[in-house]
Amino acid sequence: MTLAFQLALESDLVSAHMVEIIEFPHLANKYQVMGVPRTVIDETIHIEGAVPEPMLMQEFAKLLS
Amino acid sequence: MTLLNAEIRKDVKAALADLHTPVTFKVFTQAFECQYCKETRELVQEVAELSDKVSVEIYDFVKDKALADSLGIDKVPGMAVIGAKDYGIRMFGIPSGYEFGSLIESIKMVSSGESELAPETKKVLAKLAKPVTIQVFGTPT
Repeated sequence: MTLAFQLALESDLVSAHMVEIIEFPHLANKYQVMGVPRTVIDETIHIEGAVPEPMLMQEFAKLLS
Repeated sequence: MTLLNAEIRKDVKAALADLHTPVTFKVFTQAFECQYCKETRELVQEVAELSDKVSVEIYDFVKDKALADSLGIDKVPGMAVIGAKDYGIRMFGIPSGYEFGSLIESIKMVSSGESELAPETKKVLAKLAKPVTIQVFGTPT
């Protein structure tokens, strides 16, 4: 969660949302959350588990192309 | 009846002791059909009591819909964590258990305004041309 917050701090274009899944089961369903944490970037990129900064940036780079 | 015990209050107070810029929580709740709205509001208010740099504004998701829409709050309980500016940090659902740490961390980060990311990461971010939303799903335990 901290990394997502850091990205939001750094870029005016990035928003970071923490979503507590038990209260929003329809979102758990929509985003196929089987385990936590699960990171979803722009509805399209899904990452399971804690994400190290370099790995998240590799995924982010896909948004640039 | 408080949600945070004396030990946690002491830890939070220490963690928030050297905040720089004031931080405001804009918390949206509603009266009915919201499982943890009351607890979320109380939790954030208790945290805010531990630092004079942290304040809480409570809004009604229905009555204050225009503000909710402008902040992108589309479900409750939902809150925006705002410092010198709105960095786009939102929390939905009660930030308890493991996510309580994220709540405290969000205050410290928004107050400092420094991302402390690696230079390579900052380079990638600088190339972004359109808005990006990152959702991180978690549970209290």
